[in-house]
Amino acid sequence: MRHRYLPMTEQDEKEMLDTIGVSSIDELFSDIPEKVRFQGQYNIKPAKSESSLLKELSQMAAKNADNRNYASFLGAGVYDHYKPIIVDHVISRSEFYTAYTPYQPEISQGELQAIFEFQTMICELTGMDLANSSMYDGGTALAEAGMLAAGHTKRKKLLISGAVNPESQDVVRMYALGQSIEVVQIPTKDGITDIDALNNMIDDNTAAVLVQYPNFFGQVEDIRKVESLTHEANALLVVSSNPLALGILTSPGKLGADIVVGDAQPFGIPESFGGPHCGYFAVTKKLMRKVPGRLVGETTDEVGRRGYVLTLQAREQHIRRDKATSNICSNQALNALAASVAMTALGKKGVQEIATQNILKTNYAKKAFEAAGFNVLYQGSHFNEIVVNVKGSVTVLNKELFKKGIIGGFDLGKVDQNLEGHALIAVTEQRTKEEIDALVQEMGSFRA
Amino acid sequence: MRLCKKWGLSVHKDNQPLIFELTKEGRIGYSLPELDIPEVELSSLLPEGLLREEAAELPEVSELDIMRHYTALSKRNHGVDSGFYPLGSCTMKYNPKINESVARFPGFANIHPLQDEETVQGAMELMFDLQEHLIEITGMDEVTLQPAAGAHGEWTALMMIRAFHISNGDTQRTKVIVPDSAHGTNPASATVAGFDTITVKSNEYGLVDLEDLKRVVGDDTAALMLTNPNTLGLFEENILEMASIIHGVGGKLYYDGANLNAVMSKARPGDMGFDCVHLNLHKTFTGPHGGGGPGSGPVGVKKDLIPFLPKPVLVKTEQGYHFDDNRPQSIGRVKPFYGNFGINVRAYTYIRSMGPDGLKAITEYAVLNANYMMRRLQPHFDLPYDRHCKHEFVLSGRRQKKLGVRTLDMAKRLLDFGYHPPTIYFPLNVEEAMMIEPTETESKETLDAFIDAMIQIAKEVEETPEIVQQAPHTTVIKRLDETKAARTPVLRYIKA
Repeated sequence: MRHRYLPMTEQDEKEMLDTIGVSSIDELFSDIPEKVRFQGQYNIKPAKSESSLLKELSQMAAKNADNRNYASFLGAGVYDHYKPIIVDHVISRSEFYTAYTPYQPEISQGELQAIFEFQTMICELTGMDLANSSMYDGGTALAEAGMLAAGHTKRKKLLISGAVNPESQDVVRMYALGQSIEVVQIPTKDGITDIDALNNMIDDNTAAVLVQYPNFFGQVEDIRKVESLTHEANALLVVSSNPLALGILTSPGKLGADIVVGDAQPFGIPESFGGPHCGYFAVTKKLMRKVPGRLVGETTDEVGRRGYVLTLQAREQHIRRDKATSNICSNQALNALAASVAMTALGKKGVQEIATQNILKTNYAKKAFEAAGFNVLYQGSHFNEIVVNVKGSVTVLNKELFKKGIIGGFDLGKVDQNLEGHALIAVTEQRTKEEIDALVQEMGSFRA
Repeated sequence: MRLCKKWGLSVHKDNQPLIFELTKEGRIGYSLPELDIPEVELSSLLPEGLLREEAAELPEVSELDIMRHYTALSKRNHGVDSGFYPLGSCTMKYNPKINESVARFPGFANIHPLQDEETVQGAMELMFDLQEHLIEITGMDEVTLQPAAGAHGEWTALMMIRAFHISNGDTQRTKVIVPDSAHGTNPASATVAGFDTITVKSNEYGLVDLEDLKRVVGDDTAALMLTNPNTLGLFEENILEMASIIHGVGGKLYYDGANLNAVMSKARPGDMGFDCVHLNLHKTFTGPHGGGGPGSGPVGVKKDLIPFLPKPVLVKTEQGYHFDDNRPQSIGRVKPFYGNFGINVRAYTYIRSMGPDGLKAITEYAVLNANYMMRRLQPHFDLPYDRHCKHEFVLSGRRQKKLGVRTLDMAKRLLDFGYHPPTIYFPLNVEEAMMIEPTETESKETLDAFIDAMIQIAKEVEETPEIVQQAPHTTVIKRLDETKAARTPVLRYIKA
């Protein structure tokens, strides 16, 4: 068959078979026993030409409601933020996206340097000493942080705040299962980690306390109290953070975190139905040799020029094999590049401004709901999200909103029975005053 | 450093600047939405002490500065689009451009994972149809798209095997067997899933030694992890015997799909007796490698492992597609949401571009190319296992090593010819290994030019070894001091 991705001609094929010394390609498969040989062709859809496939798939895509045509108030870990146009232009340079892991540094300096810059920007935002080259996403990064803590402290229990994203909590429990680590949830009170409960629960078998800042309910928790209890018990403090929020919030590093993880999706990465996003992983220096995944380090070449290499590889799975503490190999390099470009475009001033806008808009929405007579739960500080009590089911509400061109908030009843009838409404800098006002108005008949 | 001293410079004149070194206070590269609500003093909206005092030192540059910076970096990077990239076990084939366009359709790129299911039926349809295609390709009964990458898929499948054995009361099955030629990820995944690893030896033909396998199995065997063809590029022709040995003791047979490009339409893991399989969609199915991800690592399973699939499970009902969370025996969630959807879109687009005859042709040409290169290179290098290979083959640089030139040197010399070198020093059971995987998208002219370069290097090793030992000569940077990088780690930029 002829195909635009397959360059071999009949003439090529013949010459090559002659060189090999066989008469047909089939002969090259003679080592596959007859009994397991697949006969014929796969029973799958026939090939389509470029134009007809484009047409079919654009029709399939059009069946989905995207946030260019709808005003989205859905967050819960994935956000609709400003994506500088330049991001896609940079990551579309195929020298980046058609390369693989930079095993040969002499011809991979571009990727290596870009990742070194990514590591630096994550350190700046989190206030940590070092960061790795990325993880799959925020959830698996949090899970790996828990595993690192258990390995480092040689303790077998993790305490995780009930105000951590529930999907991430699930992933932590999943990773812990394989390592026989116990995961216990710390209750919440008023939408934040219950400090008294933590005080009662923490003991000398606790490897780490895992909290989220700002947390799942959009509350900016004062994690300093968690920090002192955690370190008094000689456990590690693991903080999961939206890095965009850290543009304006005091960094977890400064507040005493030992490990800071999260997802860089808010920096220029499309929602993409939940992935691929971009986990990050930052630690204090004392944990440097325990970090999972790839690290890029600076060095020099034979004539003294500065260059970058993958380093401290003795930590990694391909060297340690069954002694490894993490099996991650491929991470999210291209998305780390995307996040780097977005962080660069925002820069020192822009990251403060965007984070500020998110706080202001969230608070504007809160006031607007309260002015309309809604009960907005939790009186603490808000970033991106507020919890609004509604009459009846959030699912029904969202169906009504959808008819008006609005994608409503997350139904908290799906993760907590006590929160039936509560919507987690996300407001980013992308939502205009007009859209927020319209949301409040359209929800009018759902006031609890 | 000589140059630095000579020129009196604190940094080398040929250093590529870091973005932080291009910063100038007051420049911006962004355009945020106008703030259309009243401004409020931030300190009134945050707890005391949580308003950042020291700004994060991100760059301050203009949009053109950014584009020039990253364009310069891209020129210092070699991708498949730059040139031949025969990196063994990585399947560095052409990344079709239609994939990139489709993944960027707003209806795929700009949808939120928690939207009401009725509003994302197109995305769910694509996922479901991709699963159906992968089920047929692997010969499995069900597929999950949740794992984010190959290693993640390995661990997911092992966790399912673990849950399966536990549900049968087989808590003593704590051992996972891997061949000595296996990639390091296999034992690492087994450890992370809570298993102990046992190694089974290869025989003189480069295949799993059946006698050794019989010796290591027992009622503590949870699974055997196998790549077929193996990391030497050789088909494990005793696969049915191996399956019966493993199944005979109650273990599960695990297929590492890293090398699926070698057997599509020729042999399916499901028909070879495998109980589960992970795929690397960024290898066989052209999700681009991205400089090291994002990948996608779907897992396929046979019937008796279906109850343990990670949840939610995508199902097709009369009302449409639905994510089913009500799976009491599920191992749980291995990743937030439903996997690396954007990569899955690319893989689906590719499979639909190829069709059944295309997928068959891929494997045939991948294997033809590898055998052609192997036979042409055979006179010039040691070939430890002289038999038909599949999509890749492994040469040994033993002969050259005796002349004082290592495989590493030859790899570096290939850079001067504009090639990405093969995978080197892997598999571990071949001395001075060079693992070459051409893929099916390369033309005969490209293969010939690479072969000629390899032959010339072999000649240089005999005549002018120093040229090879001191390579590369033409790259933007020479060999880097990796010892220094590890001894005194500098992992971030710090302003001088």
